[in-house]
Amino acid sequence: MPLSSPDVPADSLVDIDNVTFSYDRRTILKGISLKIPKGKVVAIMGGSGCGKTTLLRLIGGQIKPSKGEVRVAGRVVHELDSDGLYHLRRKMGMLFQFGALFTDMSVFDNVAFQMREHTELPESMIRDLVLMKLNAVGLRGAAKLMPSELSGGMARRVALARAIALDPVLMLYDEPFAGLDPISLGVIGKLIRDLNDALGATSIMVTHSVQESLRIVDYVYFVSEGKIVAEGTPAEITASAEPYVHQFVDGLPDGPVPFQYPAKPYTDELMGVRRA
Amino acid sequence: MLDWLEKRVRRLGEPVVNTMEKLGFGFRFLMAVLWHSGTSFRRPGLVIREVFFTGVLSLVIILVSGLFVGMVLGLQGYDTLVRFGASEALGVLVSLSLLRELGPVVAGLLFASRAGSAITAEIGMMKATEQLAAMEMMAVNPVARVVAPRFWAGVLSMPILAALFSAMGILGGYVVGVVLIGVDAGTFWSQMQAQVDLFNDVGNGLVKSVVFGVAVSIIAVFEGFDAPPTAEGVSGATTRTVVTSSLVILGLDFILTAFMFRGI
Repeated sequence: MPLSSPDVPADSLVDIDNVTFSYDRRTILKGISLKIPKGKVVAIMGGSGCGKTTLLRLIGGQIKPSKGEVRVAGRVVHELDSDGLYHLRRKMGMLFQFGALFTDMSVFDNVAFQMREHTELPESMIRDLVLMKLNAVGLRGAAKLMPSELSGGMARRVALARAIALDPVLMLYDEPFAGLDPISLGVIGKLIRDLNDALGATSIMVTHSVQESLRIVDYVYFVSEGKIVAEGTPAEITASAEPYVHQFVDGLPDGPVPFQYPAKPYTDELMGVRRA
Repeated sequence: MLDWLEKRVRRLGEPVVNTMEKLGFGFRFLMAVLWHSGTSFRRPGLVIREVFFTGVLSLVIILVSGLFVGMVLGLQGYDTLVRFGASEALGVLVSLSLLRELGPVVAGLLFASRAGSAITAEIGMMKATEQLAAMEMMAVNPVARVVAPRFWAGVLSMPILAALFSAMGILGGYVVGVVLIGVDAGTFWSQMQAQVDLFNDVGNGLVKSVVFGVAVSIIAVFEGFDAPPTAEGVSGATTRTVVTSSLVILGLDFILTAFMFRGI
């Protein structure tokens, strides 16, 4: 599956161009390139620690690449000054892995947070907007609850309502399905798809939940050891004979990603212990 | 031999370099807090809310401690003064001890343990649960929105708490000296009024409490912000806030006292 697939239109909202990122002398991303087309829901999949979340943080400007460029709406993210970056972030929404709700604020105040910080809207209008956002995720009735009173799935939905508070152009999802029960999983998946289409936004979803993602996304990139190893539409991925994709989609314990962590030969190790 | 020497030098140099790096980062952090304090002044509600958590909720421990420290001062002071036939100076002894030293210092130590540790733990947990990162992604600067209001709340609360500590202490001294032991009430108050100087004693005590307030608050917010985002990291940061704040308060107290009372 080539990088310049006909399924990826030229007018992309996010361009990741030959990006390398190292942390503490450990190279996490190794010259990775991908494009996220406007209006689509794109999943970036891969095992834990393969650099998926790092990609999201690069797009959000939380970290800078060691090499290469990340462009969002044509602007190189790491070259923006603090004001420019904040201006760009106002057009982004991010759903964190465990919601990251402000624990000292009610559900209502969490969703109203950005409106109060960035707009001069009167409180009556903020109230209506917050209730609309909460209604979209089915939690209008939970407006007065505190985050500690919510289940994991509800917290994720509130965080989603907060992320779409200012109608973002680009939505970033960090493991949106992690730790959810099957019903919440379906609800979150449907919300991601529906909200993307209703807002006319573009969504990037970092995940390792294969089946839920393939149901709702338009395109998938597979990342392994800091590189794109496969890509395609859900139909192409399902039909793929690529060994890594096959192992990942079918959840096989051994394959291109080995079961054993690199080590000395087993017999050498055991003999060595006996000698010692 | 050379390797051994190099290892030793490295081991010696590493903590020095790390400490200098942390101090430098801490100073830059203080500058950032001051630079981003505009939000706190434009929206005083943010600071007032934190004054409730750092100041009002510390009142019980401050008032009770102040009362007992004053009562102990009354007992110990009377026991010493009566040997020299100077028991009428009990009011002066109690008030000067509290206003010049014990008020700011003990209130500072209690403030660091009660409010400083809470600030560190709160900011540390916000970092560990990605709340600060979420705020950053919402284009809201966490230094301006979370750190600066807590810093200014601490700076505001500390002098008021120290003053209340001293006031309660004097009341405690009065209860023990006048009510229980029977020192003359008129002498107790009039001696205090005559001997306590507004600028040298009350004023200098106030300066100390403001300095301690700044020190404890910046240490508390810095340790929280700098805490590794793990349970162990946050607990370590909370401990460091209490230990560092206590040592800094005692060190600064000596320096300030040396400057303030050198002519007396």
